[in-house]
Amino acid sequence: MVKGGNTVLRVEGICKSFSGKPILRSVSVGLSKGELKVLIGPSGGGKSTLLQCMNHLIPPDAGQIFLEEKPVDTRSKKALYALRQQVGMIFQDFNLFDHLNALDNVSIALRKVKGLPRSEAHERAAAELERVGLADKIRHYPAELSGGQKQRVSIARALAMDPKAILLDEPTSALDPEITGEVLAVIRALAQAGMTMMMATHQVGFARTVADEILFMQDGVVIEQGTPAELLAPDSGTRTLFFCSHLSGLEAAG
Amino acid sequence: MDTLPFLTGEVMPMLNEGLVMSLKIIIPSATLGLLLGIVLGTVRTYGSPWMRRLGNGYAAAIRGTPLVCQLFILYFGLPHIGIYLEPYQAAVLGFVLCNGAYHSEYIRGGLLATRRGQHLAAQALGFSSFGSMLWIVVPQAVRRSLPGCGNEIIYLIKYSSLAYVVTVMELTGMAKQIASDTFRFTEVFLAVGAYYLALVTIATFVLKKLEERFRIPGFGVS
Amino acid sequence: MSEDLLTIIIEAVPYLLGGVGMTVACVVGAMLFGLALGVPMAVGQVYGSWAVRRLVGLYVWFFRGVPILVLLFLFYFGLFQIIGLNLSALAASTLVLGMASAAYQSQIFRGSMLALSRGQFRAASALGMSDGETIRSIILPQALRLSLPGWSNEYSILLKDSALAFVLGTTEIMARTHFVATRTYQRLPLYLVACVLFFILTWIGIRCLRWLERKVAIPGYGNA
Repeated sequence: MVKGGNTVLRVEGICKSFSGKPILRSVSVGLSKGELKVLIGPSGGGKSTLLQCMNHLIPPDAGQIFLEEKPVDTRSKKALYALRQQVGMIFQDFNLFDHLNALDNVSIALRKVKGLPRSEAHERAAAELERVGLADKIRHYPAELSGGQKQRVSIARALAMDPKAILLDEPTSALDPEITGEVLAVIRALAQAGMTMMMATHQVGFARTVADEILFMQDGVVIEQGTPAELLAPDSGTRTLFFCSHLSGLEAAG
Repeated sequence: MDTLPFLTGEVMPMLNEGLVMSLKIIIPSATLGLLLGIVLGTVRTYGSPWMRRLGNGYAAAIRGTPLVCQLFILYFGLPHIGIYLEPYQAAVLGFVLCNGAYHSEYIRGGLLATRRGQHLAAQALGFSSFGSMLWIVVPQAVRRSLPGCGNEIIYLIKYSSLAYVVTVMELTGMAKQIASDTFRFTEVFLAVGAYYLALVTIATFVLKKLEERFRIPGFGVS
Repeated sequence: MSEDLLTIIIEAVPYLLGGVGMTVACVVGAMLFGLALGVPMAVGQVYGSWAVRRLVGLYVWFFRGVPILVLLFLFYFGLFQIIGLNLSALAASTLVLGMASAAYQSQIFRGSMLALSRGQFRAASALGMSDGETIRSIILPQALRLSLPGWSNEYSILLKDSALAFVLGTTEIMARTHFVATRTYQRLPLYLVACVLFFILTWIGIRCLRWLERKVAIPGYGNA
C-alpha cells in the first residue's frame, strides 16, 4: 500500500484558547491517504480539542483547514457542512441518537443530510452494521446496547457517510477494559482496509502495532512525532517512551 | 320520577349534539396547541435572548392568569379594538394560545434534558443547526415530554367546557340550557359529567397506548 | 377618553379589591378543605383496605374527570339543594373547589408517601409504635414536606379555577370586572386589570409557599 502520498486532511497553525487559557498553540498536522496517525499525551494536552477543531466542531481562534489541499472557507456554513460530511467523527461517549434504533442511527444522516431514499439508506446502514459485527442488533435502541456495541454503531454511522477521513476521540476510554478489544479490532480492520484516520488514545499497545505515526502532544503543542519504532525504541529516550511506559505500568495496556 | 325516559328522550339527543361541538373544539385545539407548544418551547430554549424573554413572558402571563379571563379578552375584549371573533373562533384560539404555553413548559424541560453530545454528533455528520434541531433534538424532547403533554390534553378536554362562557353550545352549554328549561339540574349535570368522564377516560387510555406504542428504551420511567 | 378610562378604573378599584378578598377567601378555604380531605384520602389509598382504596380511587376518578364548571352547576343547583344545603354562592364555590382540590391533593400526598422508603415504617414499628401513630408522627411529617412543591402548583391551579365561581354569582374578581366592564363598555382594559390582579395573586401565593417551604425545611431533605 502506498502511504504518504496525497494529503486528505491537513490543518495549519491551529490556535485555540478557552477563557484566556491557551489549549492549542499553533498546531499543524496532516493526514495522508490510508494513514493512521495516533495522538498520545497527557489529559488536557489538547488532543480532543485538536480533533474537534479539525472538523470545526470547535471553531479555532486561528489556523486553516485544508481538505484534499483545498482550503475550507469556514465562514461559509455550506462549506462546513460539506467538510463534516466528508470527515467522520467518533466520540469518547458515543453520542448515539438516543431516540433512534441502531439502523436509524446509521441511516438518518444518509436520508436527511445526503437525501438518500429511505430504502437505500436502510440497505447501506444494514451493510455497515454488518461490517462492524452488529447485524443482529439493528433494531436495538442505544439503551439496549453495551458500551462496545454502541461505539461500533457509531463507527458504522461514520462509515456510512463514505468519509475521506475519520477522527477518533479516545474511542475506548469510556469502555470497560475487557471490551475495548472488540472496538479496537474494528478500528484495526479499518486501518488495514486503507481508511485514513487520526485517533487520540491511551492504548499504547494498539498504537505500537497499528499506527503509521505517533504524535505526542503536551500543553497544546506536538512535541514529538515519528513512527512507533522510532519513538518507542527502548533506548530512544523520548518523552513518548517515558509517558507510555508509565501508562503501560498503570493500565497494563497491551 | 321518569328519569330514564327523560335522559334518553330529551337529554341525550341534545348532549350528543353538544358532544359533536365539544369534539370540534377539542381536536383542533389539541393539535394546534401542541404544535404551538413545540415551537414556543424551542424558541424559549434556543432562541435569541430577546426571543427567549418574549417567549418566557408570554408563557408566564398565560400560566399566571385564568383561562376564563383570556377567553373574555378574546371574545368580549377584542371588539373594543375592532376585532370581532365568532364564539367558536374565540374558544379555539383561546384554547390553542393557552394550551401552547403549558405544553411549551414540558417541551422546554425535554429540550434541556437532551444531552449536548446529541447535537454535536449531528453536526459532526454534516447536519445543519436547523436539521439537527428538526431531526435529532426536538424529536427526543417531544418523546420525553409525552407524559406531561398528555396530561395537558386531558386538561384541555375538561377546560373545553369554558367555551360555554363565550356562548358556544358545546356539552356544558347544552346541559345548562336543558337544566334551565326543565329545572332538573342534578340529572342533567350528572349526565353531562358522565360524558366528560367518558371522554377523559378514553383519552387517558388512548394516550397510555400511544405512550406504549412510542416507547423507546432509555426514555423516562416505565 | 383615556382620562375617562383612568377614572373608571380608579373608581372601580375599591369594588375590585373587594373581589380580590372574595377570591382569596375562596382559594384559601378550598385549599384548606382540600388538605383536610386529601390527607386522610391519601392515607386511605396507601395504607387502607381494598374497599377504602377503591372508594378513594372512585372519588379521585370522578373529581378529576369532570370539569370544574360542571361540578359547580351540579352541586350548587342540584345535589346541595337535594340534601337541603342552602349555601351562599361563595360558600358553595369554596366547597366544590375544595372537593375537587382534595382529589388532586390526595394524589400529591400519595406520591410523597410512596416516595418514602419502606424502612421508615418498619423502623417505627420496631420501636413499638402503632400503625396510626407511625403514620401520624413519622410518615405524614415527611410526606407533607415533600408535597410542598406540588402544593404551590395546586395553589396556582385553584386560583385560576376560582375565577369560574362567577358562574354561580360569587362576586369575586372575574364577576366584578365583568360587571364594571359591561356597564362602562371598557371591556378590554378591565379584563386586563383582572388578569393583572390574578397574576399578582399567583406571584404572592407562590412567594408565601416558598417561604413556608424554607421555614419547614430540614437539612438534607430534598428540594433546596
